[in-house]
Amino acid sequence: MPRLHRSIITAFLLFGALTAKAQLRIEITSGVTDPVPLAIVPFARSVPADGGLDIAAIVQRDLEGSGRFGAMARADMLTQPTRSEDIRVADWRMTRNDYIVVGRLSPLDGGRLAVDFELVNLLNGQRLVSQRVVAAQSPAALRNAAHRVADAVYAKILGVRGAFATRIAYVSVDGLAPNQRFQLIVADADGENPRVILESARPIMSPAWSPDGEWLAYVSFENRVSEIYVQRVRSGERRRVSARAGINGAPAWSPDAKRLALTLSGSGGNPDIYLLDLDTQVLHRLTDDAAIDTEAAWSPDGRTIYFTSDRAGGPQIYSIPVDGLTRAKRLTFGASYSARPRISPDGTQLAMVVLDGGAYRVAVQDLASGTVRVLSRGRLDESPSFAPNGAMLIYSGREGGRSFLATASIDGLTTQRLKSDRGEVREPVWGPFSP
Amino acid sequence: MMRKWIPLALVCAAIALAGCASKRAVKPVAEAGAPRTEVGTEGSGATTAGAEAAGGAVVASTGEEAAGPAGEQLAKRLVYFDFDSYELRPQDTALVVAHGHYLASHPKARVRLEGHTDERGSREYNIGLGERRAQAVKRALLLQGVAESQLATVSYGEERPAVAGSDEGAWAQNRRVEIVYTQ
Repeated sequence: MPRLHRSIITAFLLFGALTAKAQLRIEITSGVTDPVPLAIVPFARSVPADGGLDIAAIVQRDLEGSGRFGAMARADMLTQPTRSEDIRVADWRMTRNDYIVVGRLSPLDGGRLAVDFELVNLLNGQRLVSQRVVAAQSPAALRNAAHRVADAVYAKILGVRGAFATRIAYVSVDGLAPNQRFQLIVADADGENPRVILESARPIMSPAWSPDGEWLAYVSFENRVSEIYVQRVRSGERRRVSARAGINGAPAWSPDAKRLALTLSGSGGNPDIYLLDLDTQVLHRLTDDAAIDTEAAWSPDGRTIYFTSDRAGGPQIYSIPVDGLTRAKRLTFGASYSARPRISPDGTQLAMVVLDGGAYRVAVQDLASGTVRVLSRGRLDESPSFAPNGAMLIYSGREGGRSFLATASIDGLTTQRLKSDRGEVREPVWGPFSP
Repeated sequence: MMRKWIPLALVCAAIALAGCASKRAVKPVAEAGAPRTEVGTEGSGATTAGAEAAGGAVVASTGEEAAGPAGEQLAKRLVYFDFDSYELRPQDTALVVAHGHYLASHPKARVRLEGHTDERGSREYNIGLGERRAQAVKRALLLQGVAESQLATVSYGEERPAVAGSDEGAWAQNRRVEIVYTQ
């Protein structure tokens, strides 16, 4: 008999719940001392097809939000060229900007819009980028096009792939138990365009993107116990992949998307790491220790699992080969509490939560040298997740009774906060690059 | 675990305004513009388009609790823990022993032991910690002669705090196991 049929059921109404989303605003809390100065000139519009969206403003917010760029104020621009041949390089050079971005929108067949843009080096007048992004005629598609412009500028100037045209997922919570409302939300990386993809009166936890960005795995307590689901983001289609006795937690996709690492405790209550083959449902036990083993993270090559264990007393990070041929190795020694590992896309950095002088903070450990850098400054920071370009982490924190999402550059120089209008926001996970 | 039944009709009355259709506590939602698909969590998954069109009635399963026994010790249902610890404290012994005696002498009684932690540290580790706390109470009850079949455990980690706040006073109240009588 379905479990819910046996429950006392109470109901409450959430009219319009699916449209009530926590909107995030970006606020830069610090920046590098020497940002690259550039001018981002307002793009020539395509009225009314662009819906009034200011593409250049989005590009500017992305680039400034990375902490790597400082953009010229529009009010100081004496001219506003929209193509490179109209840029008077000698005049612009006097504004002390190193680069200029110009662009224009134009309608295409089938209701689409072309966003053409150019990046010019003002020091030598050289045109570095000339590119067209085609977008459907919708605010979301145009925003995405703007993020792609920012990605191209970021990549050309810094030599690192931009991660602005990516998505994040996070959990939002309103209220106190037993009247909590949990939402799993997918948004653009800048917090805009939030879409609720799941909502529940019971906890939703531990969202994890599939490597192709099509699916999210997560833990849901909708049936009063923890269960793991995978849900296709686009359609809402989902299936339950683990509902075993005890804990079903901490899902993590293998890089080839064939397996999920997860935490199971069984009825005996001993949490260990298991690998679940998603096609065959075959379960393989990876750790077998009386301690709490949980929070698995895969190395990018799929050969190693990193996890949290309190086998030495308090929680610390360990690694174990996926083939299980050698024993788990302890990696963290610097703090009395080190938990929730995540591995950078290049496999060289370990992000985690550490207890640092009485505060829980996000830290990154260089796996080769063992050097640890504490990146966040809050007291209750948690859940770091790497951007797909490895340049930033997103994490959540809590201050004055409110929670927030924030990003930090992994060199520790830049942090910025994404403020939520209401409710708790937590467990941000940065999705992969979109194709 | 045995659970009480409540006629679905009651629920329907409660949510008549929104239309009664969903029996599930959750609602997977498609991104805007995509077709909405509802997949059942229990194989039945009865969520009709009517409820969706009404603007989203979300039905939650809560309650599922019995009053349980009365009495000086038995009325206490909360066992507290020290930070990052899953050891029972001496001051809670009388409470756990009382519930152990009651359950052992009432074999039809059932409890769910809900483990919780404070908000500090990582969430999934706290799920493990909450489970350990529930197991610690379960072991103590088993020692009193309670049958394994009378006891269920679940860990909510830090997801369901009893009180809000980020100070030791709030944290101490949130590091707990709730003894919930379900029958």
